[in-house]
Amino acid sequence: MAGDDNVLVRVDNLVKYFPVKAGGFIRRTVGQVHAVDDVSLVIERGKTLGLVGETGSGKSTLARCVAGLIPVTSGKVFFEGRDITNLSRRAMRPLRREVQMIFQDPYSSLNPRRRVGAIIGDPFAIHNIATGAERKRKVQELMERVGLNPEHYNRFPAEFSGGQRQRIGVARALALRPKLIICDEPVSALDVSIQAQVLNLLADLQQEFGLSYLFIAHDLEVVRHVSDKVAVMYLGRVGESAPKEALYGTPRHPYTVALLSAAPAADPDAAAARQRVILTGDVPSPIDPPPGCRFHRRCPKAQPICATEEPQLVPEGVSATSEANEPVGGNNHLTACHFPVAVGENLAAAGTRELA
Amino acid sequence: MSVTEVEFEARGAQEGQTVANVEGRSQWQLTWRRLRRDKVAMTALVVIVIIVALAIAAPLFVSLTHHGPNVAFPDTGEDAVGNPVGPMTNGFWLGSDGTGRDLFIRILYGARISLFVGVVTTMVASALGVSIGLMAGYFGGLIDTLLARFTDSVLAFPYIVLAIALAAVFGPSLTIILGMITFFSWAGIARIVRGQTLSIKEKEYIEAARSLGAGPFRIMFFDILPNLLGPVLVIATLYIPAAVVFESTLSFLALGIQPPTASWGNILAEATNFYQTSWWYVVFPALALLITTLAFNLLGDGIRDAMDPRTERLIAARRSLRRKKRKAAKSAPVASPSTSTLS
Repeated sequence: MAGDDNVLVRVDNLVKYFPVKAGGFIRRTVGQVHAVDDVSLVIERGKTLGLVGETGSGKSTLARCVAGLIPVTSGKVFFEGRDITNLSRRAMRPLRREVQMIFQDPYSSLNPRRRVGAIIGDPFAIHNIATGAERKRKVQELMERVGLNPEHYNRFPAEFSGGQRQRIGVARALALRPKLIICDEPVSALDVSIQAQVLNLLADLQQEFGLSYLFIAHDLEVVRHVSDKVAVMYLGRVGESAPKEALYGTPRHPYTVALLSAAPAADPDAAAARQRVILTGDVPSPIDPPPGCRFHRRCPKAQPICATEEPQLVPEGVSATSEANEPVGGNNHLTACHFPVAVGENLAAAGTRELA
Repeated sequence: MSVTEVEFEARGAQEGQTVANVEGRSQWQLTWRRLRRDKVAMTALVVIVIIVALAIAAPLFVSLTHHGPNVAFPDTGEDAVGNPVGPMTNGFWLGSDGTGRDLFIRILYGARISLFVGVVTTMVASALGVSIGLMAGYFGGLIDTLLARFTDSVLAFPYIVLAIALAAVFGPSLTIILGMITFFSWAGIARIVRGQTLSIKEKEYIEAARSLGAGPFRIMFFDILPNLLGPVLVIATLYIPAAVVFESTLSFLALGIQPPTASWGNILAEATNFYQTSWWYVVFPALALLITTLAFNLLGDGIRDAMDPRTERLIAARRSLRRKKRKAAKSAPVASPSTSTLS
């Protein structure tokens, strides 16, 4: 897999724990937040890997580990076959040109005290690429490319709408012509009409520059719109991963089924005909994740084995108790479940129950 | 607002391809617009400008009155029993002092010392405080612990004790005053900057800068510092009067500027011997000190309010309340045609 030229990024068994410190004079570690727990994935060149999951499932932490913004606890990150795990800032510098990020909140991801020209010109300044008039020209080209008026070069972020601000963020990420752009919920703070514009812009740019995206969102429809492969995260782990059509067409993990059934449907007839799977209880604390399958306490299909044996992420037809570790984002439909949902099975009928 | 958003856009469109013309209003322009509407702050600013102008023009007044700042005039400046003469007597505009020198000229020269000490110490202290606060807040960890504890110990230090000790060892001098005041001023600024830095460094745009590959010093000075300039300016404006008072205190205690060089502090110290016979000798230097510190404090308050966008609404609300009251008062006694609504 490592030698595969088609693979831009490969992540092996990535683990990120955040220590929980006790208050008081001596701050000893009393626990750990299991933000990302043993995730392996691949991002293919020119493709989009969508990452779905509810708040606190570790999507953003995973993204920041891949971007090299926070050190990882264990595991490895490879970019074009090169190990980039926990590099120093200096060693990371050339890589910054290849991997860029677009942030969730267009209001806090732009410095309110700096002019738009300076914000978009920052990548050029930091990497000593262009100065003076040349930098200005390049910035204005970028602004034009993302659909901003280049005359607004000297304005402040506060003078733009949310969608325009996100375009500024896109222009900044695009400045160094990266190979990978990590989009951390890039549209979840925007109005629906604006969302479509930004998503279309991202799709156009992917075509034009051959970009790869790691696209994070909690909106299933948005992910479906942009992704080639989709991975579903729950409490720091990937529950299911498959090419888009397979995941949305024949979901196999009970959590994915529940998630899909909870998404609002535009067609009222379809919505009425659909069986809703209503989960009970809350997401367990990532400080003390449940043993076995992390979803078993809320799963309508849970059996005793689910509380003891952790299911592995395996292709269809392979037992989840077998040793397997195929990275997500490939062409196989992988599920981490002892009792995957069969096609046509009515999960809602299984009823919901709560195990304390 | 004189130019509406639509006009603004239209103007930009007319100017067409000339790109640089569309320029957003910066934080500073907005602050200045709000400050200009604050009558108290503007009065304070005018007063400060007058004081600075008088201090700069002090030699001009010397040539006008022919009274040097350190020259005694026993014939015209003292009455028969050797007491100071009052204001507007024998060409002494504010009277003379205990040794027959011109009080007005001495106050002007005192202003030079006071403003010099106030501005220089505040500038140095701001630079120091900002650097130390930024580093403590941004790096955190051990660096923060060391710098923050050092800051706290400086704030806890009894400055008068140190001043007396230093003056005793090295002899009082302007250098020691400048060093002393700076040393006791930076800590307060550093503490505020540290706190602000702690909150700003968690913002997403700092992470964005890091993801672009920016180093810690670029982030501190290009991304965090612009967000701190407002609060630092406000504190600096409030530290100038504090430094002026500090200098006067030291000089009053004979630990600062030494006679015959004039300083508001040592003028007041000498004046205490004459307060029963010559009121002007105490009142005028004290007034100079009061007006200066008050003006700086009011300006500082005004800048702080102008920085805070919420005050705009507050001022507007207060104004409309006043207008309503006025209207109510007018309409109550006589049912007059309401001209007040036009305002």
